[in-house]
Amino acid sequence: MSDVFGLTSQIKIMSKKDTKQNETVSWELSPAPESKGHISLKPKYDLFINGKWVKPSGGKYFDSINPATEEKLAEIAYASEADVDKAVKAAREAYTNVWSKLSGRERGKYIFRIARLIQERAREFAVIETLDGGKAIRESRDVDVPLAANHFFYYAGWADKLEYAFPNRKVESLGVAGQIIPWNFPLLMAAWKIAPALACGNTVVLKPAETTSLTALKLAEIIEESGLPAGVVNIVTGYGDTGAAIVNHPDVNKVAFTGSTNVGKIIQRAVAGTNKKLTLELGGKSANIIFEDAPIDQAVEGIVNGIFFNQGHVCCAGSRLFVQEGVADEVIQKLKDRMDHLYIGDPMDKNTDIGAINSKEQFDTIRKYIKIGKAEGNEIYESNCPVPSKGYFCRPTLILDVAQSSTLVQEEIFGPVLTVQTFRTVDEVIQKANNTPYGLAAGVWTDKGSKIFNLTTKLRAGVVWANTYNRFDPVSPFGGYKESGFGREGGKHGLEAYLKI
Amino acid sequence: MSNQNKKLKSIPDFRFTPTIDKVGVEERVARIQTRSIKDEAKLQGMKMVLNMIDLTTLEGKDTPGKVKQMCYKARHLHDAYPGCPTVAAVCVYPSMVSIAKNELKGSGVKVASVSTAFPSGQAPRNIKIDDTKFAVDSGADEIDMVISRGEFLAGNYNFVFDEIAAIKEACGKARLKVILETGELVTLDNVRRASEIAMYAGADFIKTSTGKIQPAATMQVTYVMLMAIKDFYRKTGIKIGMKPAGGISTSKLALHNLLMVKETLGDEWLTNEWFRFGASSLANDVLMQLMKAKTGAYQSADYFSID
Repeated sequence: MSDVFGLTSQIKIMSKKDTKQNETVSWELSPAPESKGHISLKPKYDLFINGKWVKPSGGKYFDSINPATEEKLAEIAYASEADVDKAVKAAREAYTNVWSKLSGRERGKYIFRIARLIQERAREFAVIETLDGGKAIRESRDVDVPLAANHFFYYAGWADKLEYAFPNRKVESLGVAGQIIPWNFPLLMAAWKIAPALACGNTVVLKPAETTSLTALKLAEIIEESGLPAGVVNIVTGYGDTGAAIVNHPDVNKVAFTGSTNVGKIIQRAVAGTNKKLTLELGGKSANIIFEDAPIDQAVEGIVNGIFFNQGHVCCAGSRLFVQEGVADEVIQKLKDRMDHLYIGDPMDKNTDIGAINSKEQFDTIRKYIKIGKAEGNEIYESNCPVPSKGYFCRPTLILDVAQSSTLVQEEIFGPVLTVQTFRTVDEVIQKANNTPYGLAAGVWTDKGSKIFNLTTKLRAGVVWANTYNRFDPVSPFGGYKESGFGREGGKHGLEAYLKI
Repeated sequence: MSNQNKKLKSIPDFRFTPTIDKVGVEERVARIQTRSIKDEAKLQGMKMVLNMIDLTTLEGKDTPGKVKQMCYKARHLHDAYPGCPTVAAVCVYPSMVSIAKNELKGSGVKVASVSTAFPSGQAPRNIKIDDTKFAVDSGADEIDMVISRGEFLAGNYNFVFDEIAAIKEACGKARLKVILETGELVTLDNVRRASEIAMYAGADFIKTSTGKIQPAATMQVTYVMLMAIKDFYRKTGIKIGMKPAGGISTSKLALHNLLMVKETLGDEWLTNEWFRFGASSLANDVLMQLMKAKTGAYQSADYFSID
C-alpha cells in the first residue's frame, strides 16, 4: 500500500487509458500524536492553601489516572474537613485584610495576568487536560483552554466597572465563595467559577473533581506565579466528603456547584436555612430540533457537535434529537454516514474526534443505558469507526424510533448516546421538548427566522441555539431551568451570582 | 455514462434546492483544516495530488511552443524523483488541443479543453456548440464548459440546464466538466443550486471556477459541491466527479481538499477518475515537499522546472 502511486501503479494508470474503473485505494491518516515532552507534572500534589503547598492533615493521597491508558499520572492530596477549614480561614483572612480593600482596577490587573499566563502555557494545559480527562487534544487545545483564558479576560474587564453593570444599585462582594466543579471541563469550569468571583471581590475555595484535579492544580501554580495575594484562591482536592465540608462550612458565604442533579439536591438541602447564596448548574437532557426546512447537512454537523462533543460528557449536550417526519429518513441516513467518518481513539492524537470515556464508572453507566435500550427493543446504531481495544472507549451510538416514555429519553446518560424521535408539528415538538424535568439547553434548526423566535420564547431552556450547537462565549450567560439548576454563569448575568445587589 | 438522462427518473424543480448554512459550512471546513496529515499519509497523499492535477495554461498569449513545453512537463514532472506519477491531464484552449494531443500521444495523460466561449460564456448557443465540437474533433478527451452565470442569476435555470444538456450532446465520448464560476454566483445556496442543475443536465464533473475570477476554489465552495455530489449519487446511483480549480497552490491545501473528499464521498472518489485539481503552480509545491521528505531539506525553487 505504501507506494500506490509510485512507479508500478503509474504504469497501471497509463495502461488503463480507456477503462472507466480505477481501483479504489485506501488512504488512511498516519498517527499525529501531540508531544508531551514540554509538560511538567510533579509525582505528588499537595493542597494549595494560603498561597502555599501544604500536606493534607490526614496524610492521605489518591491516584489520578489517564483513562485512555489506565496509567497513573500523579498522586493527589485528599483534603479532610480540617484542611477545608484551614482553606476557608485563609480565604476569610485574605478577604478581610487584602482583597476586599483593593480597588476594582487592582483586582482586574491580577485577573488579566492570570489570563495571560494561561495563554502562555496553553499547550501545557491542553496536554495535561487530555492526559487527565481523556478528551481529545483537538478539543482541549481549541475549546477548553482558549475559552478558559477568555473567561479570565472577560471578567478582568468587569472588575472596575461593577457599578455600571447594575446602574443605581450599590454592589458589594459576598465574602468567601466555596466552589465545586465537575470532571467534564476541569480547567474551563475552574475559570467559570474563579474569574467572576475574583472580579466581584470575593475570595475562593475551589474543589476540582477527584478524577480531574491536575489542571486546577496547574492553575494554582499560575496563580502563585501571578503574585495574587496569598489566600485569595485556595484549591483543595478530594472526594465528595471534601466537597461536603466546603458546602457545610459555616464561614462560607456563597456556594457554587456544577455537577449532577442528585448532588445538587443534597447541596440545596444542606444550605437551606443558612444565609449562603447558592447557584447550581446541573444535569440536562436537551432537545435538538430539526425542521424540514433546515439546512440538512449543517444540521447533521450540529447534531454531531451537539451530542458527541467531549464524548457526550456535556451537561447541555443535545441528547434528544427531534426530527420532523418529512426529513427523518434523510437526516438519519446522513447522520449515520457522518458518524462513520468520526475518528475515535487516542485522545492525544491531533486527528481524534472522540476520546476516552472519563472513568470506568462512567463507562459502565453508559453501557448500562445501551443495554436498557436493547431490552426496550429499540433499534440501535453504533458507528462503524474502528475503536481501540484498550481503555474506556465507546462508539457513537443512536437509539432510533424511541418513545417519549422510554428511560433513555427521560434520564441523562452523559455519554455519546443520542435518542432519536420524530415529530409532525411545531406545537408537538415544543411540548415534547419541554416534557422533561430538565431545562438546560435546546437547539433549533430551520431556515426560517420567525420559526426560531417562536421557539426560543416557548422552549423552557436556559440556552437556545439556532442553527448551531454547543457554542460557548464568556459574554453569554449560561444556566438552567427546572432541575437543571438556577443562577447564571458568564456574561453580565454571571456577576450577579457573586454580588450583593 | 454517455446518456445519463435516461437513468434519471425525474428532474427536480431547481427553485427548491436544499438550503446551505454558511456558518455551519465554515465550521465544518475549519475542522478539516485542523487535521494533521503526516508521514506515510502525507507522502501517499502528495503522490495522489500530482496524479490528479489538470496542468493548465489558459492565456491569450498561449502558443504551440508554450503548450509543447507544458506537455513535456506533464509527462516528466520531476525526473529527479523516481516513481513520480504523471499529471492526469493538461487543460488548454481549443486551438491548442491538436498540438497537446500530439505531444501526449501514448502517455496516458488526457487532453482537456475549455470551451463555450470560456471564460465569460457570453456567446450564442450555436457558437458554443461549434466551439465544443471543434475541441472534440481536435482530439479533446474532456471538455471544460462554463455555465451562463448571467442567465442563472436572472433565474433562468431552464436555460442553463438546456445549454449544459446541449453541450453534453456535442461532447460525444468526451467527458464534460461544468464550470460554475462560483466567485460570480456568490452565495453557497447558489453554488448548491448550480451544482444540481449541472448534474441533472448531464455533467460528468462539476468544477468550481475558471481561475479568472476571485474567490475561486475555496474549501467552503468545494465542500458544498461535494455534498451535492453525494446527495445526487444517493438519489440516482450516478457518480459525478469534482474539480476545484483556481487558488489551490500549496500541497497543504491540496491535501486538506483530498481529506475533505475522503470524509464526504469516501475513498472511492480518491482517483483522478473522480477528482481533479485545476492548477498551474500546485505541482511544483508538491514536488518540493516530496523532495524534502526524501532528502530532509528544502531545495531551491530553481531545482524545479517551471514548465
